[in-house]
Amino acid sequence: MSGNGRPGPLLAVESVRVTFGAVQALTDVSLEIRRGEIVAIIGPNGAGKTTLLNVISGFYHPSSGRILYEGRDRTRLGPADVAALGIARTFQNVALFKGLSVLDNVMTGRLPKMKGNILLDALYWGPAMKQELAHRAFVERIIDFLEIEAIRKTPAGRLPYGLQKRVELARALAAEPTLLLLDEPMAGMNVEEKEDMCRFILDVHDEFGTTIALIEHDMSVVMDISDRVVALDYGRKIADGTPAEVRNDQAVLDAYLGVAH
Amino acid sequence: MHETPNGARSEPSRPIPIRDQSLDTFPKLAIDNARRTPDKVAIREKDYGIWQSYTWRRYAEEARLIALGLAALGFARGDKVAIVGDNRPQLYWAMLAVQALGGVPVPLYQDSIEKEMQYIVDHAEARFAVVEDQEQVDKLLHVKAECPRLEHVIYEEPRGMRHYSDPCLLSLEALQELGRKFAVEHPSHFGDEVAQGSGDDIAIICYTSGTTGRPKGAMLSHRNIIETAKSAIRREHLAESDEVVAYLPMAWIGDHMFSFAQSIVAGFTTNCPESAATALSDLREIGPTYFFAPPRIWENILTAVMVRIDDGSAFRRRSVRFFLDVARRVERRRLGAQPIPLGDRLLYQVGRMLVYGPLRDNLGMRRIRVAYTAGEAIGPELFEFYRSLGINVKQLYGMTESSALVCIQEDGDVRLDTVGTPLGGVELRIGPTGEVLYRSPGVFQGYYKNPEATRETVEDSWVHSGDAGVIDTSGHLRIIDRARDVGRLADGTLFAPKYLENKLKFSPYVKEAVCVGHERPFVAALLNIDLGSVGSWAERRNIAYTSYTDLAQKPEVYALVRQEVARVNESLRADAALSGAQVRRFLLLHKELDADDQEITRTRKVRRGFVAEKYAALIEALYSDRDSVKVEAQVTYEDGRTATVRADLKIADAEASGVVAAR
Repeated sequence: MSGNGRPGPLLAVESVRVTFGAVQALTDVSLEIRRGEIVAIIGPNGAGKTTLLNVISGFYHPSSGRILYEGRDRTRLGPADVAALGIARTFQNVALFKGLSVLDNVMTGRLPKMKGNILLDALYWGPAMKQELAHRAFVERIIDFLEIEAIRKTPAGRLPYGLQKRVELARALAAEPTLLLLDEPMAGMNVEEKEDMCRFILDVHDEFGTTIALIEHDMSVVMDISDRVVALDYGRKIADGTPAEVRNDQAVLDAYLGVAH
Repeated sequence: MHETPNGARSEPSRPIPIRDQSLDTFPKLAIDNARRTPDKVAIREKDYGIWQSYTWRRYAEEARLIALGLAALGFARGDKVAIVGDNRPQLYWAMLAVQALGGVPVPLYQDSIEKEMQYIVDHAEARFAVVEDQEQVDKLLHVKAECPRLEHVIYEEPRGMRHYSDPCLLSLEALQELGRKFAVEHPSHFGDEVAQGSGDDIAIICYTSGTTGRPKGAMLSHRNIIETAKSAIRREHLAESDEVVAYLPMAWIGDHMFSFAQSIVAGFTTNCPESAATALSDLREIGPTYFFAPPRIWENILTAVMVRIDDGSAFRRRSVRFFLDVARRVERRRLGAQPIPLGDRLLYQVGRMLVYGPLRDNLGMRRIRVAYTAGEAIGPELFEFYRSLGINVKQLYGMTESSALVCIQEDGDVRLDTVGTPLGGVELRIGPTGEVLYRSPGVFQGYYKNPEATRETVEDSWVHSGDAGVIDTSGHLRIIDRARDVGRLADGTLFAPKYLENKLKFSPYVKEAVCVGHERPFVAALLNIDLGSVGSWAERRNIAYTSYTDLAQKPEVYALVRQEVARVNESLRADAALSGAQVRRFLLLHKELDADDQEITRTRKVRRGFVAEKYAALIEALYSDRDSVKVEAQVTYEDGRTATVRADLKIADAEASGVVAAR
């Protein structure tokens, strides 16, 4: 799935600039995400990491610059269109439907793939039922994959935080994304939960060939699982390279340890 | 007489499957099943949220392909194969496949740490291992260097295995593919191998977890297991229509008997839950007719139910409690064969509609015809609770060395304090020291590569059980305790630790208990709180806590447990022999007793000697005047890492009742 022969990066962000009033959230950021790689985006608080993810997933539109997905300009698309293109994401602050069961939450991830017919859906009849069953079968594979069988019927709001994060990942996977954006998938987890999450991320990457971009603060995680690291600081890209290169990059060290600007 | 809810008594002459004596091995029996009842469901597994069924035809065919795959890898008769994982159809098929080739499956506990696994794989000289998933593969790869005979590791679940390049690895699917090719060149191989098997071949080596020392591998022949299975099938009228849930470890002889042996002999359906975590909800979906649970599971279920009842509205809570009390009164009289007053009889019928039936349904026990408890003595209150709901729970007695079964209580002759009468073909006697001895067709062939231990256990074909017991006038066996655990206090009072511990553990708030008192002035107890129920109790009272240790050391929790201990002491007062052995002091441990720390066995039996040694300082403090004690303990995680836990444990006095209080 990953290296399907098409040339060029899967996603290219070109000189993107995002401003909120007088605040420059992103300043001329350019980066590429290649097919089949795991890219980590790091940076201190307020560096613009989540803004970058929001721009990619269509929540914000850049005031200048371009975003190319599979070589086509899609700078102006909204979130729903982006999702339909095959980009799925999870959120820093878990955004599940708290009153819905885990299964239903994951099923919502299939929405971009569903063809609606209000009447048939309401009657749950004929093609509607067939479609629902096919989607359910797919969702069950993901539930099995992420080992959340035991909580299938539990309302998402009742789950501990670590599991909610996993359910979010499940929902994102349900959309069969080509590019998966993870916003701090391991925030607030203990060591064991983090290890589990790392394993799942690597498994997803291996099994489905999904390209993954993730924001993460835990450096040991970043160094372990990513192929490439992009560092942001004050809305600018300050480094881009292999984990080893970025770790020893003076600009990155300065950004984290604090140097007078 | 006691009437079982689902009419077990009313149809005593269900057809007993009469199996041809020439079918003397499991592969022969299973192939016969596939011929006689090809479309009958043999095994189910919940996978992808749905129960997937496999017929006997499929069962035999899958096993055949696995066997041929193994043959293609050079399997020789007598080879040992380690089997590790949760209860999965594929692993049961693998067992059958190994037996078909004249090999011996050696099931291991799936939560074994590497060191334990290495010992058994090496000791059993396993050439092959068939395992469930990456987790088990990782453990085996780590210890492979110390297990020189291990050549092939076959895994069922391919997830996460993509980057493993060790040449010893092979997926089960690939193995079966090898089998298909092998079958083309050797079309008669499978049939020939099966035909060569005989009832005297070793069918399985079960390593006993053992409360002391290294595990020992008990060798059981096909005849041992088949004969024992048949006796039990006859007694319980098990038939093809029965349903059992396979959720206890495959390495444990009980699961092997119920989910593999009896299923093949009687032809009934085994159901594998989706995962260990979903076992109880899957139980409800299946509604088994035949069910086994050790006391701790019966306890867990009860605790979960009680917590839920306590969370209900006041009216609901009170009415449920009221009817449960009625049921208990009625059951107590039934067990004592006393007449039941009319009022209670009427109330029981009302309760059956309003409480017992729905509760049974909720527990997934509506269809249960036969249920067992064994492994440990069950607390009387616990036993009464389930029976009073109309669930036909019975006690049985047995061990690995007897192919799981020695005695079973007969329907209509169930008592609180016995484990029933011997199965057909079993002879029973009590040795001069009070130890239970038995002899039966199910008696094992000895411990693998350990003739000394075999000699110690078997004397003139009589097996020493290690349990102290008596046979009463009606032929029922009553087990008192482990022969070596029964002790006396310093003043000579009889002290049966397990008896006390079971009483303590019946409290929903106490998860595990260890009583000490042999040659001491009084009985003291080390207790584990139950995190689930105490946690929810604390939550309802707005008591904040950060961890297990913190919760256990709350003064409120001590007060709560103190009441529970006082209740146990109160109940001991009536027993002339044991009223002197009341719990006078106790403390709540900072961590749960854990099999990884070797404090309990994998089947959750307390390893008394080990605990006494490890917590010697705590025990000394219990017998001093101090009201707290410092503790520092090493804990072992599943991956073998260790960490240190430090805590300050309070010691509390318990309220004694009756005679002792006067002292």
